[in-house]
Amino acid sequence: MAQVAVQATETLKPAVRKHFVFLRNTKSIVGLAIFGFFLVVGLIGPWIAPYSPDKVSTAASEPPSAIHWLGTTQTGQDIFSQLLVGTRGVMVVSISTGIIATFIAAAIGVTSGFLGGMWDEMLSMFTNIFLVIPGLPLIIIIMGMMKEAGVGAIVLIISLTGWAWGARVLRSQTMSLRSRDFVEASRANGETRFRTIFFEILPNLTAILASTFIGTVTASIMSLVTLSYIGVIPPSDWSWGTVLYWAQNSGAFTQGLWWWYAPAGLCVALVGMSLALINFGIDEFVNPRLRNTGMNAAELKKRKIYPRIGFTPVVQKAASKSRLKTVHSSVSNSRLVASERNNDGK
Amino acid sequence: MKFFIRRAVFYVITAWAAVTLNFFIPRLLPGDPVQSLLSRYQGNIDVNAVKSLRVLFGLDSQKPLWQQYFDYFGQLFHGDLGISLQSFPTPVSEIIGQSLPWTIGLVGMSTIIAFVLGTLLGIVLGWHRGTKWDALIPLTTFFSSVPYFWIALIAIAVFGVNLGWFPLSGSYSPDVMPGLNMSFIASVCYYSFLPALTIVISSIAGWILGMRNMIVTVSSEDYVTVAQAKGLPESDVMFHYAARNAILPQISGFALSLGFVVSGTLVMEQVFSYQGIGYRLLQATSNNDYPLMQGIFLIITFSVLIANILADIVYALLDPRTRKEA
Repeated sequence: MAQVAVQATETLKPAVRKHFVFLRNTKSIVGLAIFGFFLVVGLIGPWIAPYSPDKVSTAASEPPSAIHWLGTTQTGQDIFSQLLVGTRGVMVVSISTGIIATFIAAAIGVTSGFLGGMWDEMLSMFTNIFLVIPGLPLIIIIMGMMKEAGVGAIVLIISLTGWAWGARVLRSQTMSLRSRDFVEASRANGETRFRTIFFEILPNLTAILASTFIGTVTASIMSLVTLSYIGVIPPSDWSWGTVLYWAQNSGAFTQGLWWWYAPAGLCVALVGMSLALINFGIDEFVNPRLRNTGMNAAELKKRKIYPRIGFTPVVQKAASKSRLKTVHSSVSNSRLVASERNNDGK
Repeated sequence: MKFFIRRAVFYVITAWAAVTLNFFIPRLLPGDPVQSLLSRYQGNIDVNAVKSLRVLFGLDSQKPLWQQYFDYFGQLFHGDLGISLQSFPTPVSEIIGQSLPWTIGLVGMSTIIAFVLGTLLGIVLGWHRGTKWDALIPLTTFFSSVPYFWIALIAIAVFGVNLGWFPLSGSYSPDVMPGLNMSFIASVCYYSFLPALTIVISSIAGWILGMRNMIVTVSSEDYVTVAQAKGLPESDVMFHYAARNAILPQISGFALSLGFVVSGTLVMEQVFSYQGIGYRLLQATSNNDYPLMQGIFLIITFSVLIANILADIVYALLDPRTRKEA
């Protein structure tokens, strides 16, 4: 009896831990933490900003100090406050763009992959057209013609030009899922098409949906910042791009006012990095081959392991036993995930 | 052959979609900016030009939409993109013809450099994974996460303003005479160094990561293991067995990324005041020069299409399966 219980817990253990593979990944944890930080700043930024971003003062072009943490602009505006207030704009636009674009991508990609035939031909042609037509010039032209574009219009235009890549990836994955046994079984059971798509196909697309979402959020942050830097989006709405727009137009770059232009760019870079890290985490979750062994380069070299060919090296003799154990288990775990992933399809 | 026919049909439809988009954008947007501009320039514009602008922007509201549509196509087939309003009375096609070589030269070169360099680095990184080469990955991720124009502006601030090594803007020195002489060509190269460098830095990360991930996937294939087991030199296995099979997605990625390359260019030309097509587009936007905006968008789309066709041909040459399957 006791033995059975022990066995049960033994077999249960990896199953429970498997759920947290994604969250055990250092890359995704770091990424989520940084992104979460900016999300919080986006929420409370305008309230905690020490000054109004538009407030002009006599302290012009001052380097960072205790009063103005990130210095001031040429007209004495507080740059730290401008960044805090601007975070909200960036977050609102990028996240809503991500949601809308992912939704369109899923609707078109999954439909075209699932239905196949004529519908697939038409929808993937449609997707490919959107993929080829260059987005940014199109956005610039539309924005140039609509003189007073609100946040809603910006979100809509960026998402309409940014969904195609995700739709393409989702389509090909749906096509490979469609012919697998569990989908066939659900069809044979007489499930409705709606139920097959929403309860059999979509859950298996979670990772790809997530990376599509992250990809579109990244792209839309870039577009938004670029557009407001160019001045196509009216500079009255504060965002990181607006800060750079004013910095460029006031000659901050030629006068060496680094505190004006450096922080805004670094903010974009940090958010971009965090999203890229989350995406790496998802990639490694989906494709265990991309995972590092958990050992660092120096240790691998010391033990003369050159991970070139084949899978991940598993060496039994080790200097530190406990460490090796974790490495070993995580590798076999990931193998388990990988093989299950392959098996439940074919 | 069937493959090529399919692709040809696709390109024709995409080109048609781009033209149609260009036709509908000014007609669907609220307000009538062109009308007000026309009335402002009334008397200065000659009658034929006004007629051409009417066709392009749908000011013939008495004509039915389908007829406007056909007129529009007819005019485009004659190569008539209208007349620029900001540099009146130069035809749009002439302005585009002047600025296109600059863009294609600079961006073409730097994109190819980034692609080749990035793919090579990706091979090395993927092959030597788990070594100190891995340290390059976060670095490249950083450069791909920063907005392009920010890198460019910092490059100007550091190399242009502080060190004074490179010019801040422009495409050639005002002292040299444009033409096919050595001093002009040298000047063009000198002025394009910083823009090209920044494009390469910001776009190389995608190539590196894509290639690395493909190498990692391919290097666990049996034929790579066999090649290694046979005792072939490591560089042989790396380049002729692993990289050769991993490079195909890079080629199709190259085609798809061209659209993004164009976007990068727009901003690059703005930052460096480089007299290419993107600089013209942004100038046109701020001056409400609608005919020029439309014309440039059309040309940009067509260039991306042509580049895609080239990438398709290369792909088909490299991978016999594409020719067979379709």
